[in-house]
Amino acid sequence: MTNDNSINKIWGILKDVQDPEIPVLSVLDLGIVRNVLIHSNGSPEIIITPTYSGCPAMDMIAVGIRVALEQNGFKNIKITTILSPAWSTDWMSQEGRQKLNNYGIAPPNPRQQACNNDLFAAAEAVQCPQCKSYHTKRLSEFGSTACKALYQCLECKEPFDYFKCH
Amino acid sequence: MNENLINYTLHLADNALILGHRNSEWCGHGPVLEQDIAITNISLDLIGQARNFYQYASAIMNKRNMSSNSSAQELDEEVSEDSLAYFRDSPDFKNILLVEQPNGDWAHTILRQFFFSAYQYLLFEQLRKGKDEQLSAIANKALKEITYHQRWSSEWVIRLGDGTEESRSRMNKALTDLWGFTGEMFIPSEDEIQMINKGIGPDVMLLKESWMEKVKEILSEAVLVIPINSYMRSGGKVGNHDIHLDEILSELQSVARAHPGAKW
Repeated sequence: MTNDNSINKIWGILKDVQDPEIPVLSVLDLGIVRNVLIHSNGSPEIIITPTYSGCPAMDMIAVGIRVALEQNGFKNIKITTILSPAWSTDWMSQEGRQKLNNYGIAPPNPRQQACNNDLFAAAEAVQCPQCKSYHTKRLSEFGSTACKALYQCLECKEPFDYFKCH
Repeated sequence: MNENLINYTLHLADNALILGHRNSEWCGHGPVLEQDIAITNISLDLIGQARNFYQYASAIMNKRNMSSNSSAQELDEEVSEDSLAYFRDSPDFKNILLVEQPNGDWAHTILRQFFFSAYQYLLFEQLRKGKDEQLSAIANKALKEITYHQRWSSEWVIRLGDGTEESRSRMNKALTDLWGFTGEMFIPSEDEIQMINKGIGPDVMLLKESWMEKVKEILSEAVLVIPINSYMRSGGKVGNHDIHLDEILSELQSVARAHPGAKW
């Protein structure tokens, strides 16, 4: 296999490696895989970046990537974590946003129109993933994982997670 | 030079670890579920930041140990993020005294977080522009998280200060208890001075004005008054800690010391 073929094959495999905390998303949907390299000795290196500094899923994600590649015959896999440039929800794929919504988690708003840091801000217009109303309110800045906030829909009354714009 | 950079990185790591650990003591004890989740999320961010700093410090230390006098160092184990967090003693920790103060009630925890987040925000804004690439990357990453911490803690200071008679009196007590630990942030240690000279870290003295401005803005909205003539405590940066740090470490390090090298 040429290097280009190997690299394409790896990107294809990564499409099926899930995020352990939001299993409908792949590591590619999340935008945390920054690069795939093949070294001169043929061993692959995958460059990943964490969503949050303390994201506890990173070790699991690295293991998931390693196992998936080993199952496909790759050896001497190196997984490198980089911090810069810092991850942003703008890197999340369109497909990923749609999957999140279908899963019942409101996808992140684009950074330009959101990320309002005023105190007690009447937060962003976040759409309820159930009934699609924008008549929602933030219950808490922090949700069930580091990357989410807790919202409630004032129309259908359902509470839901919002993937924070970051 | 390297020694100053190592100490400086450990200072940043220790601040984050110790405050992260303190906040984690709230896990399962928060006043309401949402805020229990909030304070433990903040813990997670801080401990993540601490890991990034410890990993960097250990990388520099291992490099130094390898290049200097390898025969004598061969016996030494490799330094790691875990050895730095779990196998140093209280006088080796370089965190400021503020972050090791006991949680007290919710008012104390909130105010401590607000003082620290306001400081950390200003510090990291400068650190990310500094000449050390890795410190800059860690700071840049952390800044997004600190923005949440600062907003969340500011809102709570206002909510409690301008709240009920009970919440107000508790905030006032917290202010009296904690104010004297804020001065230390702005007195540079020898390591911090060396980092200014190298263009790596900012002069913390110069952060004081912006910090005071932020604090005054939030406290005035909370209808709280800054205590006057408060004696400022310091010493944490050079390892002179309160008994509180020993208490934290005896818990934080107990498993790692009972089972050194254990894996799970």
